[in-house]
Amino acid sequence: MPIKLKASALSQTRWYEYLVRFVLGGAATVVAGMIAEHFGPAVGGLFLAFPAIFCASATLIEKHERERKAKRGLQGGDRGRGAAALDAAGAAWGSLALAAFAAIMWVTATRGAAVSLLAASLVWLLCAAALWLSRRKLRPR
Amino acid sequence: MVDYLVRFLAGGAVVSAFAILGDMLRPKSVAGLFGAAPSVALATLTLAFWKEGPAYVMSESRSMLLGSVALAVYCFVVCQLLIRGRLSALSATLSAFVAWLGVALGLKQLLLG
Repeated sequence: MPIKLKASALSQTRWYEYLVRFVLGGAATVVAGMIAEHFGPAVGGLFLAFPAIFCASATLIEKHERERKAKRGLQGGDRGRGAAALDAAGAAWGSLALAAFAAIMWVTATRGAAVSLLAASLVWLLCAAALWLSRRKLRPR
Repeated sequence: MVDYLVRFLAGGAVVSAFAILGDMLRPKSVAGLFGAAPSVALATLTLAFWKEGPAYVMSESRSMLLGSVALAVYCFVVCQLLIRGRLSALSATLSAFVAWLGVALGLKQLLLG
């Protein structure tokens, strides 16, 4: 299956669900900054990989899948958990790409913000794509 | 106070942008990769460059590398709790925070002191 963007998927999400993710994301960034201020960058840096909005995203995925099944008159509990687990498995692979992002930031930080952030983001995107393709080859179904 | 407000708005905007992209992407397995997107890191490290300088960014990035390992463990634990433990997504993701904290702080203590 080719990778594509499905704009209609956004209609499943209600406005307050976007708000929850915005607030959680903003709060996670503030808290990461506060931890770095109080305990130093070595501890604060850990929280740049904290799964702050993962609980909101996984809960939404489970809920949307359950609602889709309920519309057809089916119980969607297992399907909802399965969809959330698939998302978590994808994020586990994604964490390798996140590690690559951190490593590039670490080694290129002295070259300036623009170069470092751009290089790390590009490496993250390439790693994420490569990992997804490798995963598909390992588990084609 | 202004600094926290800027952090909040920047973090919220970047996290939301990645989350919306993740919602739209198909197949779902690609969307999952965006669950580990460097959203909080992009906002925080951009501000850190501006306020603290490259040495601070290097230190944060090195620790973020360890945090990423903890994130992989966290995701594995969430999968197990959902499939084998049959927990709801909310219970599984909240319970697994203990695993993230344990691995992240343990690795930091072990490797960075």
